[in-house]
Amino acid sequence: MWHLLHVTIHLCYFAINIANALESHLISKGLLRRYKSLHISKLQYLAIVIESEDCRTSNVIELLQWLADLGVKHVCLYDMEGILKKSKDFILEKFDGATLFQENDVLLDQPLMTLEFASLSDGKEAVAKAANVLFMKYLKSGSTSSYQGEQIFTESQMGEALKTVGGNGPEPDLLLVYGPARCHLGFPAWRIRYTEIQHMGPLKSMKYGSLIKAIYKFTMVQQNYGK
Amino acid sequence: MVTSVPNKVGNYSSTGNGVHKLFFDDITNFLRRCLFRVLSVGPIPTHLAFIMDGNRRYAKKQNLKEGEGHKAGYLALMSLLCYCYELGIKYVTIYAFSIENFKRRPDEVQSLMDLMLEKMEALLMEESIVSQYGIRVCFIGNLRLLSEPVRAAAEKVMKVTSNNSKAMLLVCVAYTASNEIVHAVEGSCKEKEKEFRLCNLNNNVMDDVKEGEKVNGMVVHDIQDFYEDTSVESQGLKQGKGCNGAPYHACESFESNWDQVLTSKASKSGEVSEGFRNLRQEVPVIKLVDIEKHMYMAVAPDPDMLIRSFGESRLSNFLLWQTSNCQLYSPAALWPEIGLSQLVWAILKFQQSHSYLEKKMKQL
Repeated sequence: MWHLLHVTIHLCYFAINIANALESHLISKGLLRRYKSLHISKLQYLAIVIESEDCRTSNVIELLQWLADLGVKHVCLYDMEGILKKSKDFILEKFDGATLFQENDVLLDQPLMTLEFASLSDGKEAVAKAANVLFMKYLKSGSTSSYQGEQIFTESQMGEALKTVGGNGPEPDLLLVYGPARCHLGFPAWRIRYTEIQHMGPLKSMKYGSLIKAIYKFTMVQQNYGK
Repeated sequence: MVTSVPNKVGNYSSTGNGVHKLFFDDITNFLRRCLFRVLSVGPIPTHLAFIMDGNRRYAKKQNLKEGEGHKAGYLALMSLLCYCYELGIKYVTIYAFSIENFKRRPDEVQSLMDLMLEKMEALLMEESIVSQYGIRVCFIGNLRLLSEPVRAAAEKVMKVTSNNSKAMLLVCVAYTASNEIVHAVEGSCKEKEKEFRLCNLNNNVMDDVKEGEKVNGMVVHDIQDFYEDTSVESQGLKQGKGCNGAPYHACESFESNWDQVLTSKASKSGEVSEGFRNLRQEVPVIKLVDIEKHMYMAVAPDPDMLIRSFGESRLSNFLLWQTSNCQLYSPAALWPEIGLSQLVWAILKFQQSHSYLEKKMKQL
């Protein structure tokens, strides 16, 4: 009975995927009016999370080309194991339209796309490093005994400490996950507080139309930020 | 595993009496239990987290007063909790109130606090869901931001349910993940600072050995008096809790060979004090494991799945640290409309991705 249930679901997903593929084709051909004009300026910073086992550089470069064609200016490429980081030079060499993102870069319109490469070590481990930076300040302040039960650090101090250890880039507006499941796979927690997270499926079956649809959906979202 | 308990599911939202209604309830309950047995053939999540989005929109949609949306949301929550615990899901976390929510209109914040206080008191009643399923309730967040009556009620619920062990309900209130991370870093700093002071105290003691220029026996006696006088520090040293971090190997061996050091090394006090002066320069290192143990959510394992209603696809500063390998699911329904079908679909999605996410978790 359980197996029957899951076979039924697989069949449903198969049908949904066919419908999505058709829709994606129509979007990429510009046949669906709704997706013709994207307010791409709303997307200041895009993060792409890719399952490490699927990190084929040819697919990544093609994806970057699509993003450049759509006018996306700042992209962070993330995979857990750091395979993209190791291929950084190769990707920058093969993809002409990008430069490496520098930590102090402000998100301005630039002729070339800026590319950031991140991995698991930029997440929790960076927080541990930042904690040690704050700890040194705490010890040096000398008035540790007066802090019992009170708040010692603010969130902005944490953010500054993360910056000093190289773990606090811009917060992405949108995070696209290319992998088997909708899961951010350890993308630096401090940076995705209000980031929209969308699942795109495996990288090898990526589609241009699906990318447009995902960005379009993002541009239609309105956030209250808790209010 | 399906827990068989006296069945009260459905009563939270059912109104009206009648034999037909009871018969219908029995049939649906029976079918639900059958469905749960089928689902339980596959893996069931240990921990589910919920972002309850859409209460205000629901109230607007149904032309209700604003506060009524939250009340309807509470009923939906209670039904969902019953389904979860019946399915054998041991941990459920809910995002009840964010620190950002304090920015809402004061009357709305107050009505939410009043609702929370009312529901906390209801949890303490004998026939509540907490008693029915043996749930331990934990309130997670910066509780000092809450008003005194709400904080006191939360602490009372935690105390009364502390011995329950069948399941756990974690209610995130006055919570954001960024606040949680900062709090954990603060806790780590305070802990490491205590270690640092203890080891510095050792260094000061050894310097006294050198500077005292007394007969060894007298020096030993004086140091032992000093050691016993400083009760907290000496307890730490005796129990080996003072300097157990990696950079402090010298300190550990010193603490475990106290008598040997005092008698044999006191004569080499020049060497020892030099060594300990060097130690004094070293500061204990905060590691990831230190931060993780100071997280508010350290009382539970990481969630397997996070469900946000209303189709929204962001985490809104909720469990950012704990969701590295957590599947995210966003059904379109508003929170008060969330029910059994969304939960069943979520479980099925979890079962489809389970082997992949388990593999990812092992890689960490």
